[in-house]
Amino acid sequence: MAVFAELSRQGKQMAAHRPCPRILVEEEAWRAAAAVLAEGKLTLLGLWGDGQAVHMALLEDGPDEDPGKFSSTRCETLVLTLACPLGSFPSVGAVHAPAIRLERAIRDLFALIPRGLPDERPWLDHGRWRLEHPLSSTPGERLKPAPVAYPFLPAEGEGLHQIPVGPVHAGIIEPGHFRFNASGETVVRLEERLGYTHKGIESLMAGASLETAACLAGRVSGDSTVAYSLAFAQAVEAALDLSVPPRAVYLRALMAELERLANHLGDIGAICNDAAFAMMLAQCGVLRERVLRAAHEVFGHRLMMDRILPGGVTVDLTPAGATRIRELLASIRAVFPALADLYDKTASLQDRTSGTGIVAPALACRFGAGGYIGRASGRSFDTRRHLAYPPYDTLAFEVPTFFEGDVNARIWVRIREAEQSLSLIEQSLDNLPRDNLARDDRLQVSVTDIGETREGLALVEGFRGDILVSVRIDAGGRIERCHLRDPSWFQWPLLEVAIEGNIVADFPLCNKSFNCSYSGPDM
Amino acid sequence: MRKLLFQGLTRSPLTEAAPTQAELAALARDLDRTAQARLGHSLSIREVDAGSCNGCELEIHALGNAFYDLERFGLRFVASPRHADVLLVTGPVTLNMREALVRTYDATPNPKWVVAAGTCALGDGVFADSYACEKGGVAAVLNVDLVIPGCPPTPIDLLKGLLALMERPAV
Ligand code: SF4
Repeated sequence: MAVFAELSRQGKQMAAHRPCPRILVEEEAWRAAAAVLAEGKLTLLGLWGDGQAVHMALLEDGPDEDPGKFSSTRCETLVLTLACPLGSFPSVGAVHAPAIRLERAIRDLFALIPRGLPDERPWLDHGRWRLEHPLSSTPGERLKPAPVAYPFLPAEGEGLHQIPVGPVHAGIIEPGHFRFNASGETVVRLEERLGYTHKGIESLMAGASLETAACLAGRVSGDSTVAYSLAFAQAVEAALDLSVPPRAVYLRALMAELERLANHLGDIGAICNDAAFAMMLAQCGVLRERVLRAAHEVFGHRLMMDRILPGGVTVDLTPAGATRIRELLASIRAVFPALADLYDKTASLQDRTSGTGIVAPALACRFGAGGYIGRASGRSFDTRRHLAYPPYDTLAFEVPTFFEGDVNARIWVRIREAEQSLSLIEQSLDNLPRDNLARDDRLQVSVTDIGETREGLALVEGFRGDILVSVRIDAGGRIERCHLRDPSWFQWPLLEVAIEGNIVADFPLCNKSFNCSYSGPDM
Repeated sequence: MRKLLFQGLTRSPLTEAAPTQAELAALARDLDRTAQARLGHSLSIREVDAGSCNGCELEIHALGNAFYDLERFGLRFVASPRHADVLLVTGPVTLNMREALVRTYDATPNPKWVVAAGTCALGDGVFADSYACEKGGVAAVLNVDLVIPGCPPTPIDLLKGLLALMERPAV
């Protein structure tokens, strides 16, 4: 860990941050870290404000790995902190583009100025909130909320025209604005403007009890409610040094994989539908519904919201429930291979998906794009493997990786991952510890006040990619600060690139193959 | 593909039986009777996400799958508010979405009805106290004709709610 060692030497390690170190650095080391990011030797995992300070979470791999290929034993994380007593910090985005939107959000929420950031425009703040800089130490009341002017980046050339789309879209999807500059039907530039679903989640988190905060975490992005609840729980458990009962650990994986399976099935159908192949939507929609129904019967909620809490899980799996899930697996296995085969053999469908919306592997690495977007472009990173958390360290699975970076590759990653999830669900059932059923704490250990401030960090693999949660808990056991970083922060910018040179009519297809979250990064 | 299609022909349908009249009547109780009389039996619905977490959208999507098959009831989702009779609104109404919601409403021709779906839209969700959200959910911005609670409401809840809109009042 050459780079981490060097960065750590330049600062002071803060106590009470788990599981990785947090180093308080000066501006020089902060700048050095930004430079190393720009060189591609580290991956940016997150960048967030905290009162009068900023934190940066980093990922380092072994020294001689190929780009995109990660080592399962040598990946490590580190958090750097820079105090900003004068209200500003050297911009990371100035040298490393993936940080730009994160820094614009920090400026909106904390009034901390990223010095040197080329983009002066706000990101989450559309001028309509009741507060200015709501997460700063002294938020100002906004007397006259009014929309701010938002100049889109220009595109110049003969015959160019603009197409504004959104925030309300044609389908049943989340809101956001897309501004296309097109030459004829070819997209010259796409610019996204998001933030429409900003709910102020991190401000609601501050001061909340662990139960309330867990409830909020499970609603950052409803499609990933299990993954978010798990990430939040793991961050709290890291902070408080709790060990979760083994049975709960496997039940968590079971739910997480059911969620991944349901989402991948839904996506595969929906992407094909956007290429006018409706039959796949119908077939996959049935399979997805079967997963949700089983989840409802076995765990009491179709999306499995609020089933994972710090300390464990709130529901057990009955023997009948286990049988129900095994039946589900059998029913999916009976149909899914034929659907994958159908996708593979339908030339008219492949014609739409192959070569469309390409993300170059180098770009996926630079942005640290997770999930199927990274893995369709050769970036094999998967927190279940490379920053493995229980029980994945004991389960056998592959991380399917493709290199073409097109819509087709993103579909194949999902198909292969759905197959892996089927196997992981089965393994979780097989390995589910049968401990003494009379013990109350077999599902959840109680969370007691620790009497001092503690900090924890967790990375969990949602169906879209790695979710980062950083949490600080005060002596009374309440949340002081909680940051939840959605995987789509590092995926949305790549969509802008993927669509360039494609025809406008292929945008829905590309967009669906990304299926980025709006609510997650809007926070 | 041919094999899959043939299987579809020979297997019994997955589609569920429609909810009973009694179930629907309970939901329609609060609905303005004259509204019901005017709504008739076929509706175009425009869904508006006013800042939801996307959980509600997933379940609204599910209405289209073979199990619920919304269109058999004459209900369908349309792409433009200009073609809609009903706005189905989810989410707490974030201040950043407020204007878009109002504009969508204004673009919908009369007569029109508003259904608020999900705890957030009802104004009691987990985000209700935020600086970034409207106080009181959809009702703070638009006249709401019917509410469908749940976090998220299940497809059956949604289906019942939407069918309740079309129920003629028992005279
Ligand atoms: S009601 Fe629940 S599922 Fe729907 S938007 Fe609100 S939090 Fe999400």
